[in-house]
Amino acid sequence: CVLLVTSAAAPSSQRCLSWWGGVQMGPPDPILGVSEAFKRDTSPKKMNLGVGAYRDDHGKPFVLDCVRKAEALIASKQLDKEYLAIGGLGDFTKSCAQLALGADSEVLKSGRNITVQTISGTGSLCIGANFLSRFHSASRDVYLPKPSWGNHTPIFRDAGMQLKAYRYYDPSTCGFDFNGALDDISKMPEKSVIMLHACAHNPTGVDPKPEQWKEIADLVKKRDLLVFFDMAYQGFASGDIDRDAWAVRHFIEQGHKIVLSQSFAKNMGLYGERVGGFTVVCNDAEEAKRVESQLKILIRPMYSNPPMNGARIAATILNTPDLYKIWLEEVHGMANRIIKMREQLAANLKNEGSTLDWQHVIDQIGMFCFTGLKPEQVERLTKEFSVYMTKDGRISMAGVTSSNVGYLAHGIHAVTK
Amino acid sequence: IMSLFGEVPQATPVAVFKLSNDFKEDANPKKVNLGVGAYRTDEGQPWVLPVVKKVEKIIVADNSLNHEYLAILGLPEFRSSASKIALGEDSPAIQENRVGAVQCLGGTGALKMGAEFLRRWYNGNDNTKTPVYVSAPTWENHNAVFANAGFEDVRPYKYWDAEKRGLDLDGFLGDLESAPKHSIFVLHACAHNPTGTDPTHVEWMQVAEVMKRRKLFVFFDSAYQGFASGCLDKDAWAVRYFVTQGFEMFCAQSFSKNFGLYNERVGNLTIVARDSDNLKRVLSQMEKIVRVTWSNPPSQGARLVAITLNTPELFAEWKDNVKTMADRVLLMRASLQAKLQALETPGTWDHITQQIGMFSFTGLNPKQVEYMIKERSIYLMASGRINMCGLTTKNIDYVAESIHETVVNVQ
Repeated sequence: CVLLVTSAAAPSSQRCLSWWGGVQMGPPDPILGVSEAFKRDTSPKKMNLGVGAYRDDHGKPFVLDCVRKAEALIASKQLDKEYLAIGGLGDFTKSCAQLALGADSEVLKSGRNITVQTISGTGSLCIGANFLSRFHSASRDVYLPKPSWGNHTPIFRDAGMQLKAYRYYDPSTCGFDFNGALDDISKMPEKSVIMLHACAHNPTGVDPKPEQWKEIADLVKKRDLLVFFDMAYQGFASGDIDRDAWAVRHFIEQGHKIVLSQSFAKNMGLYGERVGGFTVVCNDAEEAKRVESQLKILIRPMYSNPPMNGARIAATILNTPDLYKIWLEEVHGMANRIIKMREQLAANLKNEGSTLDWQHVIDQIGMFCFTGLKPEQVERLTKEFSVYMTKDGRISMAGVTSSNVGYLAHGIHAVTK
Repeated sequence: IMSLFGEVPQATPVAVFKLSNDFKEDANPKKVNLGVGAYRTDEGQPWVLPVVKKVEKIIVADNSLNHEYLAILGLPEFRSSASKIALGEDSPAIQENRVGAVQCLGGTGALKMGAEFLRRWYNGNDNTKTPVYVSAPTWENHNAVFANAGFEDVRPYKYWDAEKRGLDLDGFLGDLESAPKHSIFVLHACAHNPTGTDPTHVEWMQVAEVMKRRKLFVFFDSAYQGFASGCLDKDAWAVRYFVTQGFEMFCAQSFSKNFGLYNERVGNLTIVARDSDNLKRVLSQMEKIVRVTWSNPPSQGARLVAITLNTPELFAEWKDNVKTMADRVLLMRASLQAKLQALETPGTWDHITQQIGMFSFTGLNPKQVEYMIKERSIYLMASGRINMCGLTTKNIDYVAESIHETVVNVQ
């Protein structure tokens, strides 16, 4: 549903002549709108901590070396541009699934997963939501953690699902509300869909610990819930690909038949190429074939088949040992820079004289930090310091550099003291 | 173990892709694939346009480029130049700032965005009952695109006259007259898929007159601009005429065929509105739909097209490449028709040269099609549609002889 914002200037006669007189002005996207506002700001000290796109320590977009090498390799092959299959590039989907599930996964060996190439994470969630809407007749309910990525809600709602929430973030600790989550999960009706962020929770950066994941997995199984994992930051959280996929793999080992969305926007820096995957873990290979046929029926009227470029780059990296090695190092490097920025931000806040507890800045993981700032404080930070972030107090650590971390700490201290 | 997906039925495969699969598995060395709509050279090979290769090198060499997200609506220089291609450089509508666009995933994506928007905002809010008319026959995916966007009433409008092998103008106009007001009509801008039969200018003018009078919504599908006649402007005549008639309309553009960029998914939904204010609000709502579908579109293909269209020498080279493709198709049409006439194949075959674009509706019936596939390893759609690009100077004799044999032996 859309906020009703009446458009000021248009004379009513013009609206009557148009088919679109009744079309309201849509509000700017809460996340992407931040970047647009940032662009308009002329302050030389402005900082864009809105959208989660990685920046190097000079605040510049970072094209991974393994990506450039993969592109050169691909260019030398002089490939054609024929349509991909509806489900995408086989080399990509295979290695995409392997990356998430682990090369030795029993699921892969038995062929009981179907993995299709999607338009990055959003496209994957869109397909997943619509697949569940069409075929998961047992329940319309999707439980999102509170809070979750802002775009989850409209995606599932648009697909005809009902949005519900379970406790997740504890504002009093800026950490995980484990007991609250378990309590809410224990009350979820059977067969409901539960959305879990595989790692580097967006927007809070708060992840369950392995022992907590184990308990959640047990309870979810007891409640007979359908698990939808969103993994947009594999590698980005801890710097280790396997560690970041631990929760996904644990759930599968425990027998959960999950559905999984993956994005390569962040961990390969392939944002605009739109590289992602959607996986359904089925009972067996026969079921996987049926599910695959239905996924294709969903995809064909959306965009027919997915774009080649990014998938070809990702597949090349994942399937070329030398490039894969470089990639692992670069992902590790990106995660490390963020960890360092967290430490520097916390230290700088202390130096500014802040008496508040900023431990969560260090404890949280991944690209985002849930600062704990209230909307009014965020507004001040933006207006007075030209620091752009989302209203919920989320900052993208990727936008922090060693040259601006001091300024950021200064601004945060100013609006919170 | 009870599975959540235990009841998921096996879906029937999409016909055109199954055809390609069957062709791949056929061991007959003489096999010919006249199925899926992609251009082929005279060697039967895919063709990456020379201008595309050139621009790819430019992109690779440009170190200032990265892989950052595009804006939700896409690359601005792509959107505006793509709309100019459809509407003309000097389009008054563009000059009046009432033309906008959404970069989409191919022509399919553009149709989808348009359909989703119309369902939400056209003829009331969320009016799923607005009839959507698609030509009989039409590209098979049209039905699903609009149905999946929520439209409950997707119906055919008369178009192809099987007996006379041409346009059923009276039927078409009749359906326009009897359609409920505000119905949406999906029109093929040129090179109608699958029949290759386009209305003449005078016939288009008649269509426009009825549509204006009866307040029907114009939704053009333009997947073959440049490919039909070899001339971009000629192929855009209908779209531009409708603009001069003052319609607010959508035009879904694909650059899959005319740029040979099939797998990069380059499409554009051009929106012509009454004025810039209406346009602005429409685009703001398009953003919402984009955001829950793919967030923002892929950059590679759009960059390629934008650089080409905005660089005069490259633009000229592209038009030349397009003409090369169109000319080869015209040559194959002429050849096939000539050979069938020489063989004295029963029936009339003028429609082969009268039809335009990549496809030809041969007029072969399902039994004859089956014979062609099974006995001659010549793969074509059950509708009798052939892709002219599948013909080469090397296989055209075999195809002509096969059609001859089929028509003679199978009724």
